[in-house]
Amino acid sequence: MNPPEGLEVIVPTSAACGKAGRRAAEGERGPLTAALGRLVRDKPALLGLGITLTVVAVAVFAPYLAPNDPVKVDLAHRLAPSGAQYPLGTDHLGRCLLSRLIWGTRVSLLTAALALGAIILVSIPVGVLAGYRGGRIDNLIMRAVDVLLAFPGLVLALVIAGRLGPGLLNVMLALAAVWWVEYARVVRGMVLAVKEKEFVLTARAYGVPGRRIVGRHILPHVLSPVIVLATLDMGKLILAISGLSFLGLGAQPPMPEWGAMLNEGRSYLPTAPQLMIYPGAAIMTVVLAFNLLGDGLRDALDPRGAARL
Amino acid sequence: MSSPWLCCFRGLVWLRRYLLKRLFYLVPVMLGVSVVTFGLINLAPGDPAEVILRTGGVEPTREAVETLRAELGLDDPLYVRYGRWLRDVVRLDLGDSFRTGYPVTEEILSRLPATLELTCAALVFMVLLALPAGILAALYRHAFLDHLSRFTALFGASVPSFWLGLMLIYFFAVKLRLLPVMGRGGLGHLVLPAVTLGFGMAAVYARILRAGMLDALGQDYIRVARAKGLHEKWVVGRHALKNALLPAVTLLGMSFGHLLGGAAIVETVFAWPGVGKFAVDSIFARDYPVIQGYALFMAGVFVLVNLLVDVSYTFLDPRIRLERGRQD
Repeated sequence: MNPPEGLEVIVPTSAACGKAGRRAAEGERGPLTAALGRLVRDKPALLGLGITLTVVAVAVFAPYLAPNDPVKVDLAHRLAPSGAQYPLGTDHLGRCLLSRLIWGTRVSLLTAALALGAIILVSIPVGVLAGYRGGRIDNLIMRAVDVLLAFPGLVLALVIAGRLGPGLLNVMLALAAVWWVEYARVVRGMVLAVKEKEFVLTARAYGVPGRRIVGRHILPHVLSPVIVLATLDMGKLILAISGLSFLGLGAQPPMPEWGAMLNEGRSYLPTAPQLMIYPGAAIMTVVLAFNLLGDGLRDALDPRGAARL
Repeated sequence: MSSPWLCCFRGLVWLRRYLLKRLFYLVPVMLGVSVVTFGLINLAPGDPAEVILRTGGVEPTREAVETLRAELGLDDPLYVRYGRWLRDVVRLDLGDSFRTGYPVTEEILSRLPATLELTCAALVFMVLLALPAGILAALYRHAFLDHLSRFTALFGASVPSFWLGLMLIYFFAVKLRLLPVMGRGGLGHLVLPAVTLGFGMAAVYARILRAGMLDALGQDYIRVARAKGLHEKWVVGRHALKNALLPAVTLLGMSFGHLLGGAAIVETVFAWPGVGKFAVDSIFARDYPVIQGYALFMAGVFVLVNLLVDVSYTFLDPRIRLERGRQD
């Protein structure tokens, strides 16, 4: 249906509607500015942000920061204590522990980020399809989601990774195969809420094609919360990847990955506890940083919930 | 006539109907679970017949693989194989382990008590730590205890369980020689694995309980209870805690799934002879029937525990029971 001649009809875009309404609610500042202001005042979150940025820098500049080759075997210096050549000592094959930890940062962050990318790539189309189309497709997808949720997450990831065979890529695939389900549910819920908003109804009334409505009006509302949600999950993913690597399913020797390093050094626990202490502390620090940042982000975006926890 | 006996009878009739309905809804979910489990093993690359022959340590010939494929019925169409497999699963026959040669059901059932013992001990530890920590953090909000509880929760959510386990072994078993290192035995053997498995979850629950307590303590009925002159212990324990427990109980089913998954890692660290460790060993031996059985059993236990949790909180919260009764 076309509007009568001479009458200009302005179809409000989702972004325009949302911003105006929320700005009014927030007072002078926009919601994002207000959230950023809250985040800056949150000291633990800032600490998390600081550690996260440092870790990312370590991962990016690993080749320049590592004092030695992380995979070079030096049997003459097996289980050496810390010294000038090897600042944190060496492992059971004489490899530099500090260099392996530094390179491990890159492996851990990259695998977690790639797994998250895969999760987002799968969950958004599925969630949007289910939420926007509704009806039978929605029913079918949601029943499949119910079935996957009937498995304990880590058990299913373990079984998939085990069936695909040991390897970091397989671990990423297994975790993505399990993790997308929760995200798809969240995306579907958001789409269901957005699709009833006036700007979408108006666009529909004007015969805007479905694909364009999804691309221009619905996706922008879904994308940013999902990316924030994903940031909150980085810590959990790093834990899961290192856990599966610890079992021997993820990174394979001689790749310097923290979980795999713990697995390799296990037998030396009584005599060389440093092989355990450093990689474990590295995992914990990075996960703690992501959790602090994630908590801060969540509290900044939802200040009412923050008061309770 | 509205005697207590009649109310009790009506409650039981409602519970029976509710349970039957929920069990009926579980049928399609469990069918889906069986399709996923079957597909995982049969659609992924790799020939089970070749794997069986390789477990003998000899490179199998092509003829031998083909003969075994025919024997196992692996050449039949997929839906025929699924039908046959499902028929056996319903009879609790999950095939024989490639590795040990014994029926998978027996292998899993013989190890299930060890896993359940560990998971339940972790749950007990979780409650023992989370309950007082959550209550005290709420009662002394923003005080030292509250900060300590927040720090512990963050630490608990960030520490890798396998590392915590190894560190506990190092300090309590190797250095201090207070507790046994590995394996299953008396109560001493249970302490370290249960603490390792339950710690992360305990920290999270302490925060959930704190939030629930703060919520409850701000309600009108607490003010009324205090105005009536009730003792503070009674107000906190009887009125606030009961309501604060609800959100925690709702999450308990989900947490049980985390514990079952986490048990595989903790059992491997402590050489605990449970289903998880058996499954991990089977994964490396490519013992497909065991992997399949493990996924199926764990999903079954998880679904049943969630059902129990669901039923239990209808008892804890009469509002939910009434609402469901009305829907029925």
